[in-house]
Amino acid sequence: MSASPLVEQLKGGLDAPICLTWELTYACNLECIHCLSSSGRRDPRELSTEQAKAVLDELAALQVFYINIGGGEPMVRRDFFDIIEYSVSKGIGVKFSTNGAYIDTEKAKRLTDMDYLDIQISLDGADAATNDVVRGTGSYDTARRAMDNLASAGFGPFKISVVVTRQNVSQLDAFKALADSYGAQLRITRLRPAGRGADTWHQLHPTNTQQRDIYNWLSAHGENVLTGDSFFHLNALGPALPGLNMCGAGRVVCLIDPIGDVYACPFVIHDEFKAGNVLDAGGFTRVWRESDLFIGLRKPQSAGACASCGAYDECQGGCMAAKFFTGLPLDGPDPECVGGDADALLASVPVSLVPRPSQDHSKPARVPSIVAGR
Amino acid sequence: MRRLLSTALEVHPQVALRPEPFGALAYHYDNRRLVFLRSRDMLKVVESLSTHSTLEDALVASDIEPQRWQSFESAIDSLISSEIVRVR
Repeated sequence: MSASPLVEQLKGGLDAPICLTWELTYACNLECIHCLSSSGRRDPRELSTEQAKAVLDELAALQVFYINIGGGEPMVRRDFFDIIEYSVSKGIGVKFSTNGAYIDTEKAKRLTDMDYLDIQISLDGADAATNDVVRGTGSYDTARRAMDNLASAGFGPFKISVVVTRQNVSQLDAFKALADSYGAQLRITRLRPAGRGADTWHQLHPTNTQQRDIYNWLSAHGENVLTGDSFFHLNALGPALPGLNMCGAGRVVCLIDPIGDVYACPFVIHDEFKAGNVLDAGGFTRVWRESDLFIGLRKPQSAGACASCGAYDECQGGCMAAKFFTGLPLDGPDPECVGGDADALLASVPVSLVPRPSQDHSKPARVPSIVAGR
Repeated sequence: MRRLLSTALEVHPQVALRPEPFGALAYHYDNRRLVFLRSRDMLKVVESLSTHSTLEDALVASDIEPQRWQSFESAIDSLISSEIVRVR
């Protein structure tokens, strides 16, 4: 299957992003071991309420239909409701990702009363044992309590958002059953080696056999399960999964981080993929339309080492972020290439040459008291 | 496919249209569907639906040659299925 004319045009970029992720804060009550933004502590330079509203004014003028808000934990911000209510009042729908810790009965009611709002509760195991290893002790119960509160408030179909790992692939049916039990929608996305995930990816990412399981499962359930188009590298296994089958970084998607830096996508928080800052002259619009980085990403990309592979049209060489943070060349196979074409390369990348995330807001490591001598 | 040439149509009130070089994006705020209008002509026709008494009138007013009407009718039919356009 070769790309449709529409997809070719989308690769050339749009006047404004279709889907923009905005991480409101690096502060988080959790310390998930795969956090793609290495969140934990607030950054003192985070955008103020007024600065955030000015960005929303700009996005409204650009006719961005909706934004994906995340973090960190976005509900930690005291102006969280102020920001999302302002966004909706400007005609920008909000979908936000949360671990659920702050969705008590009162907040659940307030969220239910809003229009154009979608909520994604993150959950990375269908039981506490599987989930809490990744997201922290008690985080499964916290997420379930938030789901219960939303259900009691009559919120309607919220989303349960799962990062697929080696440990939870076998639970896809259980996640679906859980979502169905709430009348919720299941969303599963690909694990990327970004942020703290760069350190844990080798233990967490699905095996090649499991990737086929994911593909088969999505082929059977695809229309009813959201994926953020994140599994297009699996299309080399057979008929294409639903979605645009392309990398949208800097073309149709981008990320605004808590301090206003604009990156090509949520999975490449690294200086090499930083296009500018929303506080720069010309604001977000100028970054989106004129940054050298984004203009470069909209030019035809080389298939490089994948050019001779018969599956390239299907998998498009996979995910740029996954390649970058595993030290692989961007014009070569994805580290999870289902044909196994990256296996030898991955094994030969010297650890010293693998790029490190440019920023880290992780909480300081807790030194066990016995080691600290206390 | 429905026969739509003599039907009165309109863009759903919960839909926003954003012009793009390839045509336009249409977003439905209620069902959260994002749909691509694949040409500027298509955008012109869709934008003019509510000010004309039938689809045919909108096609004529948008200078679409009659030999292209069938493909426009079929595209409008799929926009009705995704609730971007509705019968009024």
